[in-house]
Amino acid sequence: MAQKVDLVVDTKGELCPMPVIRAKLAIEELASGQVIQLISTDPGSKPDVRSWTSMEGHKLLKTTEDKGVYTFWVQKG
Amino acid sequence: MEKTKEAVSLELEAFEKLHNLAHKKTEVKRVAIIASKGTLDMAYPALILASTAAALGMECAIFFTFYGLDIIHKKKLARLKVAPLANPAMPVPVPNILGAIPGMTAMATWMMRRMMKKQKMPPIPELLALCQRLGVKFIGCATTMGVMGVKAEDLMDGVDVAGAASFLEFASKAQVTLFI
Repeated sequence: MAQKVDLVVDTKGELCPMPVIRAKLAIEELASGQVIQLISTDPGSKPDVRSWTSMEGHKLLKTTEDKGVYTFWVQKG
Repeated sequence: MEKTKEAVSLELEAFEKLHNLAHKKTEVKRVAIIASKGTLDMAYPALILASTAAALGMECAIFFTFYGLDIIHKKKLARLKVAPLANPAMPVPVPNILGAIPGMTAMATWMMRRMMKKQKMPPIPELLALCQRLGVKFIGCATTMGVMGVKAEDLMDGVDVAGAASFLEFASKAQVTLFI
């Protein structure tokens, strides 16, 4: 079953902390329960996104990694 | 330098803001950053840490003092430089003493700007705007301004002017305090 996504945030080519910053600014526009899909090529984004979701009370639904591209599905808390 | 009545009352206002923020009961973590240098290799860490802290939902305030004031100075913030001389950590392919040659600072600055652009790291003015948008508070050091003849009008918008005591009160309630 494909995850319903409300907003895609593409940060390919950007380094820490930009992926998390862009994700935060994007998720601000959404309502609680909506989902963003964050795409990053920064390996540092894996721990960054985990810190961010944990500190901001969002839910990290799924993480995938494919040839250096990391995708995160985050549900707004 | 004599302070105008207006400057004094603005400082008191800024102190009140910081004071209330410091004593607000909150679970939120706080980060206090003192930015004392005005070169690119010092401005970036301060602003990146601040924006990251804010992205993580932490309360963050930066106290710009001494040459850190350049980072929020309207006429200087887009023209911060970095010098290779006495900066042996810089990956410039010449012996450090050659950093004294005219033009080397400009070259090092250009190299660093290019590196940042390649990695899509925003330039300083954009990073400053991003920080403010994320709610990072900017505070200019009143004493430094007096000592170096910097007026409130010289600073970018959205900056409060306060003294070390006010900032230290905020920092005393911060879990993370950084001196850059």
